[in-house]
Amino acid sequence: MKSLNELPAVRSNHEDWIPMMELATREVFEMMLGCQLAVPETAANGPFDVTSMVGLASKVCGILTFSCGAQSAALMASKMLNAPAAEGSREVLDALGEICNMVAGNFKNKVAGLGEGCMLSVPTVITGRNYSLHTLADSPALEVRLLFEGMPIVISLRTHN
Amino acid sequence: MPIRALIVDDSSVMRKIVERSLRQAGIDLTQVLEAGNGAEALAVLQASPVDLILCDINMPVMDGLEFVKQLSGVPNAKDVPVVMITTEGSESHVVQALSCGARGYIRKPFTPEQVREQVLAVLAGKP
Repeated sequence: MKSLNELPAVRSNHEDWIPMMELATREVFEMMLGCQLAVPETAANGPFDVTSMVGLASKVCGILTFSCGAQSAALMASKMLNAPAAEGSREVLDALGEICNMVAGNFKNKVAGLGEGCMLSVPTVITGRNYSLHTLADSPALEVRLLFEGMPIVISLRTHN
Repeated sequence: MPIRALIVDDSSVMRKIVERSLRQAGIDLTQVLEAGNGAEALAVLQASPVDLILCDINMPVMDGLEFVKQLSGVPNAKDVPVVMITTEGSESHVVQALSCGARGYIRKPFTPEQVREQVLAVLAGKP
């Protein structure tokens, strides 16, 4: 049986990356926010008012997005800062960008070949729900749904082969 | 030992987390200066001497690697130890950072213990 670190980076179907996306996200929340994420028993739907995204380039091209509700985002920021954070404030958006950045970085460092051969963009954060995301991705999106303090979060990776 | 630290990161949230981690790690901080990129950090160092620099790599304007390279040209800061704190965790990134002049390397996400270990080693002059 192959360990996570032995999985090859270049494959047309990346479904085997989903456990690493989940682990990467869990580690960020445990180490930087001091909390555990849970697996939803049923499909965890929005509202997802805040979406942060980080681009990947070189060996794998694509985009990793992290979406959650406005209330979740504020709570995440307050946990990171150890102080209250107002919904929609600059520091909440900054925190969401950093979470997405850390998840993307932690994820790529877990996939053999990606740590060395994949660059990350600086994060971008979108607020609101009425938008469409268009990318060059030609593979099905890989998605991880988890619960943060009982509220849903979604991590999605769209890649271009 | 009381320490004056400069934290360089384009995220203000991350700068606060790094400062908190240093304090949680038991580092005696007498002054904490902040900069949002390498160019700002160089400007800060012209006016304010520090004992330790913690620096992100991926930043706009001037990234962390370029900052470390240019630090050697700043008379009152060229010998200040730099610890990189970044999501770029590959071996080649570590080697590149160290070859540019960084003395330590911490991968995000991190724990206060990891910060303590790296910072104390760097301040003690250990490789």
